[in-house]
Amino acid sequence: MTSLASAQPASSLGAGPERMRPPRAGGHARRTLIAWAFCGPFIALFATFGVWPVISSLSMSVTDITARDIRTPFSVNFVGLAHYTALFGDPTFLRAAANTLYFVAVGIPLTMGIALALAVALNSGIHRAKGLFRVAYFAPVVTSVVAIAVVWRYLYEPDGMINSILAVVGIHGPDWLNDPNWSMPALILMAVWRHFGIPMVIFLAGLQSIPADLLEAARVDGATRWQAFRSITLPLLRPTTLVVAVLLSIGYLQFFEEPFVMTSGGPLGSTTSISYYAYEQFGFGNYGMASAASYVLVAAIALLSLLQFRIFRAKA
Amino acid sequence: MTTIASTAAATSARSASRPIRPARILLYGALSLGLLATLAPFAWMFLGSVKPTGEIVANPSVWLPRSPTLGNFEQLLSKQNFGVYFFNSTLVAVTCVAGNLLFSSMAGYAFAKLEFAGKRLLFGLVLTMLIIPGVTTFVPLFVLVSNMGLSNSYLGLILPFLVTPLGVFLMRQFIQDIPDSLVEAARLDGAGETGIFLRVIVPLCRPPLATLAILTFLAQWNNFLWPLVIAQTEDHYTLPVALALFSVGANGTNYGLLLAGAVTVVTPIVLLFLALQKQFIQGIANTGMK
Repeated sequence: MTSLASAQPASSLGAGPERMRPPRAGGHARRTLIAWAFCGPFIALFATFGVWPVISSLSMSVTDITARDIRTPFSVNFVGLAHYTALFGDPTFLRAAANTLYFVAVGIPLTMGIALALAVALNSGIHRAKGLFRVAYFAPVVTSVVAIAVVWRYLYEPDGMINSILAVVGIHGPDWLNDPNWSMPALILMAVWRHFGIPMVIFLAGLQSIPADLLEAARVDGATRWQAFRSITLPLLRPTTLVVAVLLSIGYLQFFEEPFVMTSGGPLGSTTSISYYAYEQFGFGNYGMASAASYVLVAAIALLSLLQFRIFRAKA
Repeated sequence: MTTIASTAAATSARSASRPIRPARILLYGALSLGLLATLAPFAWMFLGSVKPTGEIVANPSVWLPRSPTLGNFEQLLSKQNFGVYFFNSTLVAVTCVAGNLLFSSMAGYAFAKLEFAGKRLLFGLVLTMLIIPGVTTFVPLFVLVSNMGLSNSYLGLILPFLVTPLGVFLMRQFIQDIPDSLVEAARLDGAGETGIFLRVIVPLCRPPLATLAILTFLAQWNNFLWPLVIAQTEDHYTLPVALALFSVGANGTNYGLLLAGAVTVVTPIVLLFLALQKQFIQGIANTGMK
């Protein structure tokens, strides 16, 4: 853009283009050189540790490479989309895909609902202790999942704190992490606890950009709090909601850390996610299957994000 | 900030004139209940770390330690080199912060204000990398770093995270909003690109640099999967690696010791968060909005 813009006044000045061009061209080359110098360290590191592994895994997903072929890459054969078709015939993968869907379908609405409710509550005119609430609700975000896993495993013990609290109200709690029906809800609860602080502060920022007099006017016109929220706050919050939905989709579809540190994908594969499946396949040396599974995940992330853009754009 | 202040003023004026108190009390009640639920795991962690083994396994569980002890921490320090792990965690996180700040702001400047061939393609690549899951690149990256002879080294822990697409994206978005006229004016005054970058751009970039520093530090302090496979001997363990390895096997249910370990990992970052809470929260909120 700038090169185009600066070229125009040069020719319109009437000065001979023959005289103007050589220094310009030299300047241009110099500028390109400077630009590359500024980008250089980033490009070198990004190409080596970012782009190359992606190309490498993409090529793994269409070859019969295994752990044994790492030293002899030329014995590897091209297998096309065989891994991808094999994936969809593998019940373990299908189970992992279903588990990931379960986690996303329950986890995202739950996280967004809690985050929005808290943001609205914190924005509804309380100023006493608002800072304290905000900091406390955000605190789980900064914790290390390894450390938190220790605490939550202890909380989820059959005779742990959560079941002790449930026992007070007369509920006999399950053995959370060892019951295939309850392992996923347990991980969802932990994930929601660990993550809701981020959408909460994004929603808060969105809410603070809605002019207060707009809501004031609606209230003066006789709208109830709920009506004002439904017909003013929510529509104005749509761009924020889109951002939150896309961020959570990218994060939650990669569901990995919780099963890795809490359940190792069990019991009975009930918390094996697509990421965890890919990680396991890498561990078994099935590099092709593992890479293919991870690209199914990439496709899912891209699709879901695109879908959300479509939905929110259409409504806007 | 001004909008926040004025909204707060407006709402406080409103609430002062309105007589509905019960709703307000209900709101505070609900918020406090949520607060308790959110902080309960932290309380459980800190309280558990000072309980002797007898109280840890007590059934039904007890909240408050009857005879608090620092025995768990003493055992942790004597058996494990937590000092070394702490140093490693800090070294890795701080180096990654420095690298990200320097290289991302340089690249962000080039992407936002300079012209060069391949710029659009390159930035497209950066955007694409934002949605690539970690598991996709994990093994190729491990093979690469091993072949470079960098496994079990600080370089191996640091190099893959010295730049991130998110960092460049953040800096580029912010620098793009800096008026071109400022850059042009400096250029007319005879400043070179390095001068413009150092004297015009960097001083204006404090907010995104603070955000990037915090995000990077947080991600690296808590990073565990990569250091888990790269660090093979104790002298290269980071805190999460030590805790993760410690919590599998024989110690898996030695909760007193494990909770003390968890406290050691979580406390530094929580203290940092409390000290810089505004920057943390605004940084993450802004990243979401960009």
